[in-house]
Parts: sequence; C-alpha cells; structure tokens
Amino acid sequence: MRYGTTIKVPFGPQHPALKEPEYFLFEVEGDFVVNVKPRIGYVHRGLEKAFENNTYMHGLYLAERICGICSHAHTVAFTQAVEGLVSLEIPQRAQYIRLIMAELERLHSHSLWVGIVAHEAGFDTMFMYLWRDREMIMDLMEEISGNRVLHAINTIGGVRRDINDEQANKIRKYLDKFEENIKNYIKILETENTFLKRTVGVGILKPSDAIALCAVGPTLRASGIKNDVRKDDPYLVYDEIPFEVITHDGCDVFARTIVRCEEMLESIKIIRYALDHMPKGELKVKAPRTFPPNESIGRVEAPRGELIHYTKSNGTSKPERYKVRSPTLGNLASVCKTLIGAHIADIPIILAGIDPCFSCMDRILIKKRS
Amino acid sequence: MSLFKEAIKQIPKKPVTIKYPFEPGIIPPGLRGLPIWDMSKCILCVLCQNACPVSAIKMIPKGPDAGIIYDLSRCIFCAECADACPKKAITITNKFELATTSKSELIFHYKKSQ
Repeated sequence: MRYGTTIKVPFGPQHPALKEPEYFLFEVEGDFVVNVKPRIGYVHRGLEKAFENNTYMHGLYLAERICGICSHAHTVAFTQAVEGLVSLEIPQRAQYIRLIMAELERLHSHSLWVGIVAHEAGFDTMFMYLWRDREMIMDLMEEISGNRVLHAINTIGGVRRDINDEQANKIRKYLDKFEENIKNYIKILETENTFLKRTVGVGILKPSDAIALCAVGPTLRASGIKNDVRKDDPYLVYDEIPFEVITHDGCDVFARTIVRCEEMLESIKIIRYALDHMPKGELKVKAPRTFPPNESIGRVEAPRGELIHYTKSNGTSKPERYKVRSPTLGNLASVCKTLIGAHIADIPIILAGIDPCFSCMDRILIKKRS
Repeated sequence: MSLFKEAIKQIPKKPVTIKYPFEPGIIPPGLRGLPIWDMSKCILCVLCQNACPVSAIKMIPKGPDAGIIYDLSRCIFCAECADACPKKAITITNKFELATTSKSELIFHYKKSQ
C-alpha cells in the first residue's frame, strides 16, 4: 500500500543501534523505509594527522586506540605496513603469537556481536550467556598480554610477550568449554522461534549488490561469497594453517549470525592448530628507527572484515602519510541499500547486522565551502 | 528448552562477581601497573622519555632537581619505558588502584641523589 507522502525520520546521532554516534535520515512511507541518507564524521579524531606527527613506535599505540574491540587487528595491520617498508621478516614464533591473539580477538568480537544481535532481537537471555562466555576469552587475553582490551603485545619486528606451556594449556581448556557452549547456542539460535521471526528474511543483501557496494567480512560471506583475506592474501602464517571460509546463502541477518557463530568454531580450530605447531625461537628482531622512502600496505582480516593500513615513509622516523580504511566504511554503503524497503522496527537490527564500529570509521570531514 | 537446563545448572553455583572494594581484586600475573624508577640504577640516558608515546616522562639532566618527572595522569601503561631502559631501572608493578583526590599527587618526581 502506498501512502503517497514520505515523512523524514531522523535516527541518531545518539546511538542508533550500538552505543556509538551516527546519524541516519530515513524517508519513510507508512511503515517502510524508502530512502536512507547517512552522515558520518561525528567522531572524527584527526588520527591520520596524529600518525604523521608521531614516530612509528608511538604510532603503534595510536593504531591500537583506533578501535576498542579489534585493537589487535589494527596493530597487526600497522606492523605489517611498517615492516613492509623495509621488508622486515619477523620470527615464526612471533607470527604464531600474533595469530593466536588475532583469533582470540575474533572469538571475543564475534561473541560480543552475536550477543548484541540477540539483544536487539529481544532475546536477552542469549545475550547474557554469550557475554558470560566472552569473559573467558577476555580472561585468556588478560593472562597472555596483561590487559583485557589494549593488549600492547605487538611491536615493530615481533611481539613483546611469549605464550608459555601453562598458558597454552589454559587456552586449550577454556576453548573446549567455549566450543561446547557455542555449538549449543547455534542449535538454540537455529530453532528458537522468537529469534527466527526477528531475523530470517530481514535485511536482505543480494550477492550482486554485496559485490557492487564493496561489502566486506562476514556481511559479504553471509551473502554467499567466499572472500577472506586470510585465505585470499595470506598474512602471518595463515597459509600454513588449514581452515575453512564460512559462507551462508541466507543473505539476511540470520545468515550473518550463523556465519559469525561458525567462524568462532573455525577460529577455535585455528588456535588449537597454532598452539600445537608453534615453533620455539626468538620473539622479535631489531627494527630500524627510521625508514627509507617507500610505500607499503597492511591487509588484515579484522573480525568485522577487511582492514587496510597504508603508509608512506620519507626517510625520517615519522610517516609522511598514513591512511586507515576500516571495515565498517566498506559495509556502510551496503547497509544503506539493505535498509531500503525495511520495516522501521527492523532498522536497529539491520544496522547492528554489519557489526558497525562508527568511531573506527570516521576519518573524513566534509566541509562546505562558504 | 536447553536454555532452561542451563538456568537450572546455575542455581547451586556461586556468583561470578566479587565484592571488589571489600575483597581484593583478581590481578592477572602480567598486569602492567604503576612504573617505579630505581634512581640508584638510573643513568639519566633519556631513552625512557623518548620511548614514551604520550610524553608522560620528562628527564631533567642537570641541577639540584636532576632526575625523572613522571606524570601518572598521562600514562597509558604500555611499559615501553621499562623495555627501553638499558639499566633495568624501571620496574612495572601490579598496582592499579591509583586514583587520588588531587592532581599534584599524580606527578612523581624521582630525584637523582647527588
């Protein structure tokens, strides 16, 4: 039924879905969305300029603070980009430790996200259980690195802390428990009617649209397209480790949930394999303080999707240009397409469906000419 | 239904939360807390000041105040200073209850004894 007139409904900038500022202007006809205009830039922090004013070593700590959830992914991308400037090879053991931390971070990020989607769908019991289990992963990361969120375990040329046998055994023990719980939750999510009614068929993103609008990460994989930086362009030691790229043909919010849940199981396998095959040896090599003029990029599969860091050096100890492209920016165009035709009540769950991290994304300001 | 089982399982369990300010908190073994300078080892080499990403450390090379001024309010507890120190004069303790009521208590002045 068409009403003939559209009404403009502003959403945000105070917390449209997750607790982050972003503004969306919806044009609605009756109960359905006909057009969406996002406005980004509320949490622009001037990070790229700050990188240019800091040395590479100091920039590492700045990179860690781009995102609170995927802080390790950002430092992996940063170190990869900076080490690429002088083709620095880091020791095997350091690569394994980086990989284990990255996968632990994926576990914690995905369980956080599935909990949030359950919460948005009105299934708060699941939210509580998932966040309880996430605490186990946080404890593991705290045990390894000393901190829950900002691990500061990476350094240019390697890692700063080792994983000893006792910690490895603790990781294995916790992962067994975590795996059992996640398998249980997948069964519940697949059969629970309250959850299925809120998510199946909601926020459809067709595979052709997903490619055309440059969707990344689990959002793209939930549209049935096999795309994973870990497989397509292996970094660290992902080429030595057997794992599957999880896809789902559902194209909706439910498919995104299942893709993330199964990715957690896959991450658990990766961590187990890495712990068993971790070679002994050095943790870091000496890195130079100044870098010769060169350009380099770091490509990493962060929990939310493909993350790119680009750096250009000019022979000094500070980068001449630094650029970060975080996965949410890639997903924003696709989520706007997804929202068209959606019910107003489904807006929060569709927005949350891409696992947005708006403050990681804000790196441009559009200034109107007077 | 299986969530119901899970709920039943939780009944005999103790709460996960602890009564933190009244009971001691759980400190992980590798926690990076307050750094402390041992001025008998310090050689005033300026490396910790250079390593600090947030300029929380300032070294005074000469004079009666010669030593290290450490500003806790700027510190991000990355422990780069301890890694950079050639004489291992900086120890990272596991103290984390560092709130004070006045800002001047957050600035530590370690003087190099003459």
